[in-house]
Amino acid sequence: MTEPIVSIRNVSRRYPGGVTAVDNVSIDIAQNEFFALLGPSGCGKTTLLRMISGLDTPTEGQIFIGGQDMALTPPNLRPTNMVFQSYAVFPHMTVRDNVSYGLRVTGVEATETARRTTEALEMVKLGHLADRKPDQMSGGQRQRVALARALVKRPKVLLLDEPLSALDAKLRDDMRLELTRLQETVGITFIIVTHDQDEALSMASRIAVMEKGAVQQIATPAELYEQPRNKFVADFIGKVNLIDVSVLTQKGKMVTCNTKGLGKVDVSTDKACGDKATIAIRPEKLKISTAEPKGPALIKTRATIRDVAYYGDTSHIVADASDGLHLEINVQNNSRTGGAGVERGQKVWVHFNPVDALLLTE
Amino acid sequence: MSAPLKPGQSPLDYAKRPWIIVLFGLVLLFLYAPIASLIVFSFNVDKSGVWHGFTFMNYVKAWNNDAIFYALSNSLTIAVLSTIVSTILGAMTALTLWRFRFPFKNMYEGFVALPIVVPEICMGISLAMFFSYTGMMAGVRDWIWPFNLINIIFAHIAFCFPFVAVVVRARLQGFNRQLEEASKDLGATETQTFMNVLVPFMMPSLVAGALLAFTLSLDDFVITLFSSGPGSVTFPVKIYGMVKRGVDMQINAASTVLIVVTFAATLIAMKLQSPSKAGH
Repeated sequence: MTEPIVSIRNVSRRYPGGVTAVDNVSIDIAQNEFFALLGPSGCGKTTLLRMISGLDTPTEGQIFIGGQDMALTPPNLRPTNMVFQSYAVFPHMTVRDNVSYGLRVTGVEATETARRTTEALEMVKLGHLADRKPDQMSGGQRQRVALARALVKRPKVLLLDEPLSALDAKLRDDMRLELTRLQETVGITFIIVTHDQDEALSMASRIAVMEKGAVQQIATPAELYEQPRNKFVADFIGKVNLIDVSVLTQKGKMVTCNTKGLGKVDVSTDKACGDKATIAIRPEKLKISTAEPKGPALIKTRATIRDVAYYGDTSHIVADASDGLHLEINVQNNSRTGGAGVERGQKVWVHFNPVDALLLTE
Repeated sequence: MSAPLKPGQSPLDYAKRPWIIVLFGLVLLFLYAPIASLIVFSFNVDKSGVWHGFTFMNYVKAWNNDAIFYALSNSLTIAVLSTIVSTILGAMTALTLWRFRFPFKNMYEGFVALPIVVPEICMGISLAMFFSYTGMMAGVRDWIWPFNLINIIFAHIAFCFPFVAVVVRARLQGFNRQLEEASKDLGATETQTFMNVLVPFMMPSLVAGALLAFTLSLDDFVITLFSSGPGSVTFPVKIYGMVKRGVDMQINAASTVLIVVTFAATLIAMKLQSPSKAGH
């Protein structure tokens, strides 16, 4: 990676009373990245974002923006701007005054201010509403005001705190595309905080998954989905079947292990593992058949269909194997008739290719 | 039980029932008949208590009555000065209570609101004792106007600023702290943020609090009587003295002026505090 635009080094934020919101986090974010901080609520992602903006201060560690240590730089002097979760649009100012605020308070010359404000309003398609007050606007429009107000400052980094959480589903999809488009047009680094994995996966170029103040994994969306580093990430990103196993032998990359329900299976891994491990397999990588599947390396088990949920394009099936093992299986409904092709109570074979399974040691 | 509803009538349409309208009328009459008669008789030609004809003469006489004019200008001066100080002090108190955490904060907050509920007579006596012990009661008598009113101004600030503090504090409760953060994030300094974001947000409560303080100060009698030395007479105190010496329609005229002033101030205060303006 070239010189990162934001470099977070061993940053912790502890509150009096022993609460640690952010715990020894180190992240490098490159120029022009669309970076997502993803995690359940209370995982410290917003605190981390606020520390980048300067609205909160780390108790330990350093934050560099554009190569400069930000420790002594107050928020008003940092090259970052934030889109707040509540949008925080000034209610007593018109849209135009809101957008030009950041330029006016820093003494940007009047004609320049006017030009850049108009430009920013056009960029978020609010030119025709410039003279409205925020209370005459919808949530989506107010968010655009907040966006324009931040972008007009031409920050090095734009910080977005749960920007889509207050919008309804349809608007959220539009805004998702809009944000990606904007990021490509303006060429600014975006850091977005979200608890919604779909949001992070669809928009971000890289994602840091956080839990309990610590970073669990930093990777591209595809890597996170296919190569989760631990059980938390596997479980948090998408749906997954987690099957506890006890390791019998490991010969190079091949691990032989014993599982409840599946018996003795062989899977490959790059890591050395201890006695206990977990097999992670995504529901769409499991297959169902009524006849016993043929194939030398397939891992297979008998199971009884417990539940079939129809979702239009897919059906989600829960099947009980032996030893109390439940498996979730997603089936594409590829033909108009028949749906998933199985019904409740039916005895079937569930099988998967061992290369689709991942052995997690953490 | 109530009468069955007619078509198109909802259970909450009380205002359409005759007996409710009559009741409303009686309540209003009870409340405002004395004030209305005061205003009506301020236009009467004599002081007999019987209507003998319309005139503005009482207003002219009151205006030319030096004692009344002097008392009224005292009252207005006191009201203006104590309103200015009370508003600033009250706003600062509200901001402190809203923004900072400090030991005994809840206790402090309670004590600030105490002058609102303490009986005026108690406050009057305590102020009178304070001013006489410190020698201020006699000390300021010969000072040049308006400094000879300083005791009354102090007393009025003491009971007015808690009202301002309470009103401003209530408004601040609804403030979204992210607005302040957004302002700083956009490059504004603390001072710019305060002036551009917080003050505009507080403005309705500042105006309402100031008008409240103004009306309270203007018509205060008890506390003023106790804290004023000889010679510094305010309008309510002057009227009280005149009433004791007999009925005079000049009093009605002057009182009407006072009613109009306070009524207008209250009306503006209420308008500024209405939910449509207090929102966001």
